Amino acid sequence: MNDRVLGRAAFLGLLGAGMAGIFWGKQVAAFAGRFVPDQVEQILPTKGWRIFTIRGIPRIDPERYRLEVTGLVERPLNLSLADLRSLPQVEQVSDFHCVTGWSVHDVHWRGVRFDDLLGAAGLRPEARWLRFVSAEVPYVDTLSLEQARFPDAMLALDMDGKPLSRPHGSPARVVMPQMYGYKSVKWVTTIEARSDFVPGYWETHGYDSDAWIGKSNFFIQEKTSDVFFRGKE
Amino acid sequence: MSRGDQAVAASRARYVRRFGRTERALHWTHATAFFVLLGTGLALWLPALSTIVGRRALVKDVHVWTAVAWAAALVLVVALGDRRALRAAWREIETIERDDRRWLTLRRAPQGRFNAGQKLNAITTAAFAILFAVSGAFLWLSARDARFRWEGPIVVHDTLTILSVFLVSGHLYLAVIHPTTRHALRGMTRGDVREDWARKHHPKWVGATPLRDRELVTSAPDAEPQPETAAT
Repeated sequence: MNDRVLGRAAFLGLLGAGMAGIFWGKQVAAFAGRFVPDQVEQILPTKGWRIFTIRGIPRIDPERYRLEVTGLVERPLNLSLADLRSLPQVEQVSDFHCVTGWSVHDVHWRGVRFDDLLGAAGLRPEARWLRFVSAEVPYVDTLSLEQARFPDAMLALDMDGKPLSRPHGSPARVVMPQMYGYKSVKWVTTIEARSDFVPGYWETHGYDSDAWIGKSNFFIQEKTSDVFFRGKE
Repeated sequence: MSRGDQAVAASRARYVRRFGRTERALHWTHATAFFVLLGTGLALWLPALSTIVGRRALVKDVHVWTAVAWAAALVLVVALGDRRALRAAWREIETIERDDRRWLTLRRAPQGRFNAGQKLNAITTAAFAILFAVSGAFLWLSARDARFRWEGPIVVHDTLTILSVFLVSGHLYLAVIHPTTRHALRGMTRGDVREDWARKHHPKWVGATPLRDRELVTSAPDAEPQPETAAT
């Protein structure tokens, strides 16, 4: 046996396996993911969830947490977590799709529909947009009232049977399954009703505002880092 | 050996060139870029790190531009360097001899300039580098064009990261910490290693008898002039 063939075979074999993974990785990942224990999943993003932050995860004391409902409302609200849990709770199972290409299927959410949340505040007729402000400054995003009233749109408090964990947006996050994940603002501290549209964080970096799954963000002019290239923060 | 004897032996130690300038330049270019890419990559990927570091846009820029610089630097090293030496090295690396196969089953077998583990490491590193670049290019493209937004490149890039952490940890352990192998680091920084060490660990490279002086590269500092060997 030609000894050099062995090394060459190892090299080409690795390359071949890798290239196959690039084109058929989804099937392999789906299969292999079944064998990943939960403990590993805490550390390595293997089963699907990846946590992308722009500044770092906020730490919010659930006792001191208040959700401010403000803007074009008759009665601005300051809701505690207990207040939120006393509103009608709904449950749903939906998929989560990140615009970067990974998805997590069958996520169990429990929380509040926006109509129920805004009912006590009394939306003014001029209000057309809801702007969600995250504790992870400066992350914000906006949904139209019509979008926020989708049957599967909600402000989630629980995920997969437990209260939201810190990486996943505790204590409250937006869930908008029919749009890419960047619209589902985490660590929501303020909901502002507005008559005008204000683009969200990722939209100012080139992503679409109407982030419909499979129907948006086909071509993104992803903006480079302002810090690196323009010396701005 | 007593310390005094060791000092005497060291002062008389003969060194033999293991890696030339091009080989070393290739290694250090790749190593430096690799650590910057691994560091920024982990900060983008591991939840534990991405949540502390944040600053995604900046970290992404550093990661991508380092990859570009790495590719350019490799091209430069090959274009300006000793390609003959690189080809010879790659030929050695690809040739997995019977002694190498025996060594890999954890039995004693004489090794050449690269031992079998080093050959496999080099092959794997080279293949991984290409796959990282290809999958990384897809990831970069996918951020801009939905047509490239498959899960395959994500899975490959992720898997390579995990495997690389293991590989490079083992590599660093052997190169820096493990007593019998860490002398090899000198071969990659200064180019030469002690002849007696090489004879012990890589006998098929150095050979059974002492090398002629002109086959050596350097003697250690303060060395006394070496006597002529009888075997010339």
